[in-house]
Amino acid sequence: MATNEATSNVKRIQVRRFKPEEYPEKHYLNEEKGVWAWMTTVDHKKIGLMYLASITFFFFVAGVLAILLRTELLTPARSFMDADVYNQVFTLHGAIMIFFFLIPSVPAVLGNFILPMQLGAKDVAFPRLNLASYYIYVIGALFTLVAIFTGGVDTGWTFYTPYSATTGGNVMAMTFGVFILGFSSILTGLNFIVTIHKMRSPGITWNRLPLNLWGLYATSIIQILATPVLAITLLLLTMERLLGIGIFDPALGGDPVLYQHFFWFYSHPAVYIMIVPGFGIISEVISTFSRKVIFGYWAIALSSLAIAFIGFLVWGHHMFTAGQSSLANMVFSFLTFLVGIPTGIKIFNWLATMYRGSIDLKAPMLYALVFLFLFTIGGFTGIMLGALSVDIHLHDTYYVVAHFHYVMMGGMVMAFFAGLHYWWPKMFGKMYSEFWARIACAILFVGFNMTFLPQFVMGAQGMPRRYFNYIDQFQSFHVFSTIGAYVMSVAFLIMAGYLLHSLLKGKRAPSNPWGSRALEWQAASPPPLHNFHHVPVIINGPYDYHKPMSEFQLGIAASHNGHHHHGDEAVKVEKSEKEQA
Amino acid sequence: MAQPSVTEERLEHLKHYFIDSDQQFEASKMGMWIFLVTEILFFGGLFLAYIVYRTWYPELYLLASEELHTFWGAVNTVVLIGSSLTVAMAIRSAQLNQIKGLIINLYITIGLACVFMVIKYFEYSEKFAKGILPGAHYSYEGIAHEKANIFFSIYYMMTGLHGIHVLVGIGLMVWLVFKAKKKVFHSGYYTPVEITGLYWHLVDIIWIFLFPLLYLID
Repeated sequence: MATNEATSNVKRIQVRRFKPEEYPEKHYLNEEKGVWAWMTTVDHKKIGLMYLASITFFFFVAGVLAILLRTELLTPARSFMDADVYNQVFTLHGAIMIFFFLIPSVPAVLGNFILPMQLGAKDVAFPRLNLASYYIYVIGALFTLVAIFTGGVDTGWTFYTPYSATTGGNVMAMTFGVFILGFSSILTGLNFIVTIHKMRSPGITWNRLPLNLWGLYATSIIQILATPVLAITLLLLTMERLLGIGIFDPALGGDPVLYQHFFWFYSHPAVYIMIVPGFGIISEVISTFSRKVIFGYWAIALSSLAIAFIGFLVWGHHMFTAGQSSLANMVFSFLTFLVGIPTGIKIFNWLATMYRGSIDLKAPMLYALVFLFLFTIGGFTGIMLGALSVDIHLHDTYYVVAHFHYVMMGGMVMAFFAGLHYWWPKMFGKMYSEFWARIACAILFVGFNMTFLPQFVMGAQGMPRRYFNYIDQFQSFHVFSTIGAYVMSVAFLIMAGYLLHSLLKGKRAPSNPWGSRALEWQAASPPPLHNFHHVPVIINGPYDYHKPMSEFQLGIAASHNGHHHHGDEAVKVEKSEKEQA
Repeated sequence: MAQPSVTEERLEHLKHYFIDSDQQFEASKMGMWIFLVTEILFFGGLFLAYIVYRTWYPELYLLASEELHTFWGAVNTVVLIGSSLTVAMAIRSAQLNQIKGLIINLYITIGLACVFMVIKYFEYSEKFAKGILPGAHYSYEGIAHEKANIFFSIYYMMTGLHGIHVLVGIGLMVWLVFKAKKKVFHSGYYTPVEITGLYWHLVDIIWIFLFPLLYLID
C-alpha cells in the first residue's frame, strides 16, 4: 500500500494488466448532469475545468485591456483615453493577469486535473477544501469587480505605499480581493502537498514521481510559505486605509520601504509560483515528444526545489534604487545571479533530452520549443537586470517590462498552452485541429517577438514604464510593438476557434494519443469519475520509453476494482493483500 | 488496521478516495500542520514589523509597554496554557473512547477561551477610554514619544488578529461538542478533535510569544 512504504519491499501484490477503455460512453463529464451538480462537485477534474473557464475569462479581459494600452501608445500624445484612465487600465491589466490568471493558471487548472491522475489517486486529499478554494477565488474576483466599478485602482499591481494609502478610487476592495484570493492559492498548495505525500499509488516512489509533480510540489511549497506574507501585507495596507495605522506611512512615522520589503517577499517568490509549474509541463512534453527518457531526472526535480528556495532570498533586487544599503544591494544581486544556475540546469537537461530523440513536432512540442527560446531570452535579460550597475540604468524602463513579459508570457503562458494542448484530449476526450494549432503557435511566436523585442531597445534607450506620453523618438518602436500585439490577438482568435470547434465537433480522442508512458494516459479519455477503475501499480519511471506499454498498465488484480463505497470493503482490500502476501 | 473484529469496526467516516483510516488520519493531520506553517508566516509579518520598529525606537517600546497591565496579561497566559492542557485531555479522552470526558474537557476549554476574551475586552475598553486607539485615531497624551501610535498600531494588530483566532477556535470547539454529542467520535475516528487541538496549541503558542514581547519589556 502507498501508505505502508516501509514494508512495501517485503509485501507482494498480485497485479494484472488493465488496458484503458477506449471511447468510453460514461465519463466524468456526463456521469452527473445539471448546473447544480457542477457547482457542488468535489471532483478535482471538474473543479479544474471550472478554474479553466474562469481564468480564460480573466485572460480575455486582461488581454483586451492590453490591446487598449497598446492602442493608446500608438501616438506620443493622447490617442483616445485620458492619463487617469490609462493608469487604471495598466493597473488592472497587471493585477488581473497576475493574480487572476497567472497564479492559478497551471496549478489550479492543469494541476488540479492532472495531479491526482498522475498519482493514481481517486481525488486530491481534501476535495471539499478544493471546491472551497475555487469559491474563495470567485469571491476574491467579485471584490475586484467591485473595485473596478466603484472608482478603479491606479496604483499599479504592486500597490506601493504611501500612494496606495492616499490615492482615490477603491484600493481597499482591490487589495481585499487579492487578500481573499491568497487563501485560495494557499489551500490549493496545501492540498497538493498532502496529496503528493499521502495518496500515491503502490510503486510511485519519489524517484518515479513525474517531473510535473515535482514542479507542482515546489510551487506548493512557495504558495504556502510566501502567500501568508502577502496576506498580512495587504491586511496592513487595508488597515492603513481604514484606520491609518501608520506602519507604512511616513507621515505617521512609518516606512514605505518596509512595505516594499513585505510585498516583494511574497511577490518575488510569486513569479516562481507562476513559472515553476510551467517547468514541470515542459519536462513532460519534451520527453513525450522526443520519445526518450528525460535526461537528468534528479537534476530537473531538485532544481525546481532549488529555485523555490533561492526565490525566497532575492526579493531585495526590486529595491536596488529604493535606498537599500549598498551591502544589501550586493548580497541581493549575487543571490539573484544564483537563480540562473538551477534554471540553466533545466534548460540544458531539456536540450539533452531532445538530443538524438525522435522528435515529433506536434502542437504541444511546438509550444515547448517556443517556451525554450523565449524563456531563455527572458532569463538572460533577468540576469542583466540583476547586475547592480546595469539596473540603475534600466530600472523602471520598458526593458523591465519586456523582460517580465518574456518570462511570464513567453515562458509561463507558452508552457500553459503546451500543457493545455498536451492534456486537452485527456480533459475533453476530443482532438483539436493540429494544423490550426501549429498555425496559431507560429503566429503567436511572431507576434510576441514583434511586441516585446522593440521594448528591450526602447527601454535601453530610456523609455520609462507606465508612462502615458513619450517623446517622438520612440514612436516607431511603439507602433511596431502595437502591431505585434494585434498579430498576437489574431493568434488567440484562431486558438479560440479551433479549441471551440474541437469541443463541439472534434474527433474523439483515443486514451493515449501521444503514446506517453505517464500514468494519466493509462486512464480513459475523458477519464471516469474516479479516474481509474483499478488501483494502478507502477513499476517503471514515467519516461521509460524503452519499455513496453504493457508494463505501464498494471493494477492490483482484485475483483472489486479498487472501489470501496462502504468502509467494510476497504478492509477487504487490505485483507486480500495480506492473504496474497 | 487489520484488527480481528473487522465487522465491529466503525468506518462510516472513511471517505471513498482514501484507502484506509490511517491514510485519512495522516493526510488530515499533515494538512493541519501545513496550515499552521502558513499561520506562523502570517503572524511572522507582524513580528517582523515589531522587530523593525523596536530597533528604530527602543525607548518607545519601554515607555508604551508600561501602559499594558502585566498582571492581566499574566492571568491570560495562565488561562490559555490551561486551556491547552484541557484540549490535550479532550484528545486523550477521545482516544480512550470516553465521549463524556471529551465533551467535559471541550466545555472547560471553551470556558477558558471565553475568560481570555473577556479579560481582553476589559483591557481594550480601558485603553479606548483613555484615547489609546489604533492609528490615526490615537489621542492619548500620557506617553512622551511622538511615535507612540505606531506601538499601539502593532499592539492592536497582533492582539486583534490573535483574538480573532481565539474566536475561531471557540467556534470550532462548539462544533466539536455538537458532533461529539451526536456520537460521531470514537477511538477509531477523532481526527477533527486532534487537528482542532493542534490549532489551539498554535493559538496558545502565539500568545506565549506576544505576552513577553508586549507586556514584559518595561
